[in-house]
Amino acid sequence: MDQKPFSQGLLSSEADSQRTLYPYVTGTSVVALKYKDGILMAADMGGSYGSTLRYKSVERMKSIGKHSLLGASGELSDFQEILRYLDELILYDNMWDDGNSLGPKEVHSYLTRVMYNRRNKFNPLWSSLVLGGVKNGEKYLGMVSMIGVHFEDNHVATGFGNHLARPILREEWHENLSFEDGVKLLEKCMRVLLYRDRSAVNKLQIAKITEEGVTVSQPYSLKTFWGFSAFSNPTVGAEGSW
Amino acid sequence: MFRNQYDTDVTTWSPAGRLFQVEYAMEAVKQSSAAIGLRSKTHVVLACVNKASSELSSHQKKIFKVDDHIGVAIAGLTADGHVLSRYMRNECINYNFTYESPLPVGRLVVQLADKAQVCTQRSWKRSYGVGVLVAGLDESGAHLYYNCPSGNYFEYQAFAIGSRWQAAMTYLERRFENFMDSSREDLIKDALISVRETLQEEKLQISVCTVAVVGVGEPFHILDQETVRKLIDTFEIVREDGSPAPEPGDAAPDLGEAAPAAAAEEGAAPMDI
Repeated sequence: MDQKPFSQGLLSSEADSQRTLYPYVTGTSVVALKYKDGILMAADMGGSYGSTLRYKSVERMKSIGKHSLLGASGELSDFQEILRYLDELILYDNMWDDGNSLGPKEVHSYLTRVMYNRRNKFNPLWSSLVLGGVKNGEKYLGMVSMIGVHFEDNHVATGFGNHLARPILREEWHENLSFEDGVKLLEKCMRVLLYRDRSAVNKLQIAKITEEGVTVSQPYSLKTFWGFSAFSNPTVGAEGSW
Repeated sequence: MFRNQYDTDVTTWSPAGRLFQVEYAMEAVKQSSAAIGLRSKTHVVLACVNKASSELSSHQKKIFKVDDHIGVAIAGLTADGHVLSRYMRNECINYNFTYESPLPVGRLVVQLADKAQVCTQRSWKRSYGVGVLVAGLDESGAHLYYNCPSGNYFEYQAFAIGSRWQAAMTYLERRFENFMDSSREDLIKDALISVRETLQEEKLQISVCTVAVVGVGEPFHILDQETVRKLIDTFEIVREDGSPAPEPGDAAPDLGEAAPAAAAEEGAAPMDI
């Protein structure tokens, strides 16, 4: 057994190049809320490579098992890794073939354990996860951060969504939103994010999960308005600038 | 059962396709004191005969709480039963920690069965000499399972293991069709009566039996002696009247002559004619 050289210190794993040190290709905010029949979740389809909006058709929301929906922001390769873990989890769950199945609460707890354990090894999965679902009529919506902080709420968001969307949701969310109202509320949040978040792209999907199952909408764009008078002659206050 | 040349190792088959060591392990279950389980749609009751080996000693613990929603009653080598209970408790706690949810009973039972099977296929091991009645509640309802030393497990409406299990089973077979819709109290009474069936000569007293319940909104717990005593008194008195009551007394012919002595007195034992 060769010992780790002492000079490597305590913060390195076997091969440093295997650890997540910085995120490279990232997704931006995910926003989700509980409504009458289940959960609605929205995320745009952008994959940024630093400040470049490199990929524009990334699906950042996926269904997990029969009862859950997972949305992720942050490093996209880590999201794909998490999907592989969950694939295996759901496979073993199905292999029991006994009428029991993992619900959203169980999947959320499992993800919390995974994220927290990775954080403890100084090799985090650089993602913020939103886990929503319905089982036996019970709606569930939770979040897990890259360091394993987790909680449940009636509406959650990741990244910029926390700063721009949550305040809107705190004002306007209420119990038993209809599907149409839920979508309108999510679109309002996504529009603000589109205007104000540099890494947002105008191509989004909205996913819904109810007792019946998961539906992910086709990608579509939000209408935006840029016709503000201040934009028509921007240099009026500073002649010569551009 | 007689000794033969194929019964030394658990890994030796007999020409008839039997594993004698496993069968001997199941004998250990049959020779020990009885344990009985019954379930309804919402509750599961476990009852067992708990005789102390002498007046000076305490009796062996045969019922174990495994988690809030699961409990077991064992019959056989109690030491093996302790080890299996510890395994089951561990599995429940680990599942709960990872998934923040109770372990479904059906899955725990399969894990226990697979653990028992391993011992039937290793030359350096022996089977666990204990039969386990697993009572539990999960999303899919109330369940009662029996785990055999052979690694087999079955789900039951009602089951009895240990000595004179046949007497209890006869009673249970007569009444099991009603169990699904039984109330909690009736289920417990039926359990106590089944225990009494296995105590041929003796009186059913609280010093001899232990009862545990798990149900919807009711975590698994062992009933205290006072409660059990009251229940025994209730149905003994009912029996003396010969009135039908929530559950009819036995059809056994000796009932008509039951002594007027209250159950608390040391009068004629109920089973004496």
